[in-house]
Order: sequence, then C-alpha cells, then structure tokens
Amino acid sequence: MTTESRQAASAARRQFLADTAKTVCSVALLGAALGFHAKKARAVPATAIRPPGARAEKDFLGACIRCGMCVRDCPYDTLKLALPEEDVAAGTPYFEARKVPCEMCEDIPCVKACPTGALNKELTDINQARMGLAVLADQETCLNFQGLRCDVCYRICPLIGEAITLEPQHNARTGKHTLFIPVVHSEHCTGCGKCEKACVLEQAAIKVLPIALAKGELGRHYRLGWKEKERAGEALVKDIIDLPDRLPEAKP
Amino acid sequence: MSARIGAEAVAAKGWPGAHKWLLLRRLSQISIFALFLAGPLAGYWIVKGNLAYSLTLDTLHLADPYVLLQSLLAGHKPERAALIGGLTVLAFYFLAGGRVYCSWVCPVNLVTDAAAWLREKLGIRGGASISRKTRYWMLVLTLALAAATGTLAWELVNPVSMLHRGIIFGIGAAWVMVLAVFLFDLFVSHRGWCGHLCPMGAFYSAVGYFSPLRVSAARRAQCNDCMDCFAVCPEPQVIRPALKGEQQGIGPVILPGACTNCGRCIDVCSKDVFSFAPRFAHRVPEKTRDIGTPGLSRSSHS
Ligand code: SF4
Ligand code: SF4
Ligand code: SF4
Repeated sequence: MTTESRQAASAARRQFLADTAKTVCSVALLGAALGFHAKKARAVPATAIRPPGARAEKDFLGACIRCGMCVRDCPYDTLKLALPEEDVAAGTPYFEARKVPCEMCEDIPCVKACPTGALNKELTDINQARMGLAVLADQETCLNFQGLRCDVCYRICPLIGEAITLEPQHNARTGKHTLFIPVVHSEHCTGCGKCEKACVLEQAAIKVLPIALAKGELGRHYRLGWKEKERAGEALVKDIIDLPDRLPEAKP
Repeated sequence: MSARIGAEAVAAKGWPGAHKWLLLRRLSQISIFALFLAGPLAGYWIVKGNLAYSLTLDTLHLADPYVLLQSLLAGHKPERAALIGGLTVLAFYFLAGGRVYCSWVCPVNLVTDAAAWLREKLGIRGGASISRKTRYWMLVLTLALAAATGTLAWELVNPVSMLHRGIIFGIGAAWVMVLAVFLFDLFVSHRGWCGHLCPMGAFYSAVGYFSPLRVSAARRAQCNDCMDCFAVCPEPQVIRPALKGEQQGIGPVILPGACTNCGRCIDVCSKDVFSFAPRFAHRVPEKTRDIGTPGLSRSSHS
C-alpha cells in the first residue's frame, strides 16, 4: 500500500468511527428517554383494573403483546385496550369498574383467548380471580354508615354474603337502631367491580383498587396473642399469676 | 433522468403495466385491513386480533416474531398459540423475503409511501443525513430495552403496532405518532423512517437475509440508464451492485435483506430489466466472470 492510500484508508476509518459513534450516541439517548418512559408506564392508575388472571404488573408488561384477543372475546365489552394518551401502558387491556365491571364469566373467555399467557391459564375458577380488591373508601357518604338500609353493594356482589358481609353495629346517633356496615373480605373478593358500578351515590363510596394499594400487611414479627394461643392449643406463657383485681372499697 | 419518474415505462407498457406491482401491493395492504376490520365493523369474524397476534377462522395462529422476541428478552416465555403463530410468520417471511412485511403488509408503508410521493411532487430535496445503519442500532436498542426493563418498552411508542392496533381497536392519539412519521419523511429525511430508523424493518431485513425470493436485474444489458429505478426504490443502494456490477463479476440478483421486494423497480423500468427471481439465479455468465475481480464476486452467496 502506498502512503497515500494508507492515509486515505485511515481517514475513511476515522470517518466511519465518527459516524458510528454519532449514530450509536443518538440511539442511546433515545434509549435512555424510552427507558425512563417505560419505567413510568409501570404505574397503573388506581381506577384501571387488569383482566382476570393477569400476571403481576411488571410481568404482565413483558408478557402482553397487546393483541386485543381478550378484548374481543369478552362478551360484555368490559375490557378495552389502552390508548396511547391514557395513563395505562399503550395497547394493554384493562377496565374501569365504575364504567363496565367484569361479569365473572364462568368459562373465563378472556383468559382462554390470551395467546401469550399474560393472562394466566392456571386461573380456571373465576371465583379465584384477584383483579383488585373492593374497599369501602368513604364512610361519610355510604348510606349504610348513616343507618339506612341501602345494601346495594352487598346484594349485587356475585359472592353475596362472602365477599361483602353486613356487620351489625350500634347506631350511636339514634341510640336505639342498628347500622349494617358493609365489610369486604379479601379472601373472597375477586375485584370484579360490580359493587363499585352499583353504588347509588354520585361518586361510589365503595371502590375496587389494585390489591397492592388496598391491602395492609402486618409486620412480619407481629404475633396476635389470641391466635397463637389458638394454634398452640394453650397459653404460650404458662403459670401467669393472676392477681386479684383491686376493686374500689365498698363504703359501709 | 426522464422528466417524470416512470413516464417512459407508462409509454412503453401502459399505465396498468407500469403500476402492476404497486397495485398488487396496495391491494394486499387494503385486503389485510379489510379482513381485520370485517369483524369489528360488520360482524364477520374471519380474523380476530391485530398484527401482534391474530386468529383466523379459529384455526390459523399468526403472531409477530419481533414482538415475541421482545417478550422473550423481557423474561416471559409466550404460550403455544403465540409461539406457533410466531414461527409460522417467521417461516413465511423467510421464504417470501423478510421485508415483504414492509412493502406488502405494514400499515406505515402507506404513510411513508405517501410522504415520499408528496416529497417528490413538491420537489423537496435535502434534509438531515442519517445513516441507514441507524435502524440496526435501533433494533439492538429495542431488544436491549426489553431485556433491561423486563417490559415491551418499544411497544409503548412503536408507530407500526400503534397504527395497526389503532385502526382496528380505536386510534386515540396514535395519529400524532403517524403524523410525526409522515412529516419526518416529508420534510426531514427522504425515506427517513422506513429507510433509516424503523427497527421492525431492520428485524425483517435480518429475517430475509437468506430469503430465496428476490428481485433480479436479469436483463441488465438492456438498461438505458434512465435511473428511474433508483428514483422509486425505497432502498436505492441495493440496486447498484446488481444492475451495474456485471463488469466486476457481480450477479444480477439483489441480495441485500434491505430490499423490500416491493417490485417498484420492475414496474418503473421501460426496458423490463427487473423481475422476481430465485436467489440462486445469482450466477454470473461465464464470459463476464473471467473479467471479474475474484475478490468482488458475490456469487458464492447463491
Ligand atoms: S371474566 Fe368475562 S366479563 Fe370478566 S373480563 Fe373476562 S370475559 Fe369479560
Ligand atoms: S389476549 Fe393476552 S396478550 Fe392479548 S391483549 Fe389480552 S392480555 Fe394481552
Ligand atoms: S420499515 Fe418499519 S414502518 Fe417501514 S414498512 Fe417496514 S416495518 Fe413498516
């Protein structure tokens, strides 16, 4: 190779490296922006409920290819695919309980239609679905809390008497009546949203929320004495000396 | 170059003859939409779903291998229906030419072809210089993002899936993305999106890297240097070796995966230089091979 052609070759190589660097840097910049966007897109608004059997949100966003088969096979038009301007990851299926709740089809057609397994086929009994969890969010407006017998959420619940029960409580306002307090039980509630849809108020007092938002969790070290006692079949700390209660001395 | 691209071809073959493949392509794109829309609009559920996954007549699974690859890298193993669909589609595009997806199926092609057509009409020249290799980096990026975030990050913004899903399930604000692609191609860069940036096009280029069905400049001796094929081709860089490489011992078949098998060069050539041909037709006639520089011969590819 002559000096000239060697120089030309090295100039060309430098040009190539510069061009490649330019391209790679621009693409990487775009990647960084998209990466942050993808991270933000993991947060689903509390009103958006995933279909039955949906995997945990992060796994779901890697598994769902946004084909809309679940949407098509839902006989009640409950599900829809998120539009790009909505706060749910673009193209993924969800529903809003207050608009159209899930009717809990026995054959779960949405799960059957999913080609990827983003909706887990291990869900074969719709009563085991955990789309979200109903929460009686506002005691100040809930009619039953005011002492009325609305009971609509309780009556509409597909798992009537299990997912929502009415717990009698003393009505302190009147002093002589009973409040029938709707209480949601997470071991039965599927998060179908029928209660939220049916709530007669302008804004529903009972709402279905994502389970992570709705559910509290005891500290791991927490032990409830009476449960431990029940499990052990006897008191854990034995031979506690039970001192006699000191009562006010009776006046003669 | 002739006054108007393709004028010679129209004079020689008539308008239909000079637009045969273009019309077939539009027919293919429109029929695909019609099939997908027959369900939601008219209640004829022949095909359900969208290009990401579809079920035809309750039996034929088709799925987009690019989105499945992202899903795999994100750490989810798709179930059987999606995998069968993905492999079927992969096999089809391998045989027909990877970027047959781009020119015969992809909905964005209608948008970018329209932009290129208008750009030509308005005489818009120049613009940003972007390397055609950028799309391969984009492909690497989208796959890396899937692996890094564990989600289908690219699908949050992918204009291809957004447009197709939008037309079938409701477009929302997705038209903004589509308009952006159109304006980008019109004003910023000639064939900017499909020719330089789209990672999906890059993916299908790779799928068609060894595709048996190709376009060949079989009758390149008749070329009269009107340059119309270079003007209409969305990937003009792929034409030169096949059309002009006879002296260097290069065969007439357009081998690069970037060629979309759109057939516009076949239409627009008044001398009928081009035709679809199998990849193995890439033989160089004996007499020319002797002149050719051995190092440049690409006939080993066939
Ligand atoms: S269980 Fe039935 S109503 Fe509920 S989302 Fe699935 S298909 Fe729709
Ligand atoms: S069917 Fe499955 S992959 Fe398709 S949109 Fe629904 S959840 Fe996603
Ligand atoms: S390059 Fe991308 S947008 Fe263009 S036709 Fe191919 S897949 Fe569609």
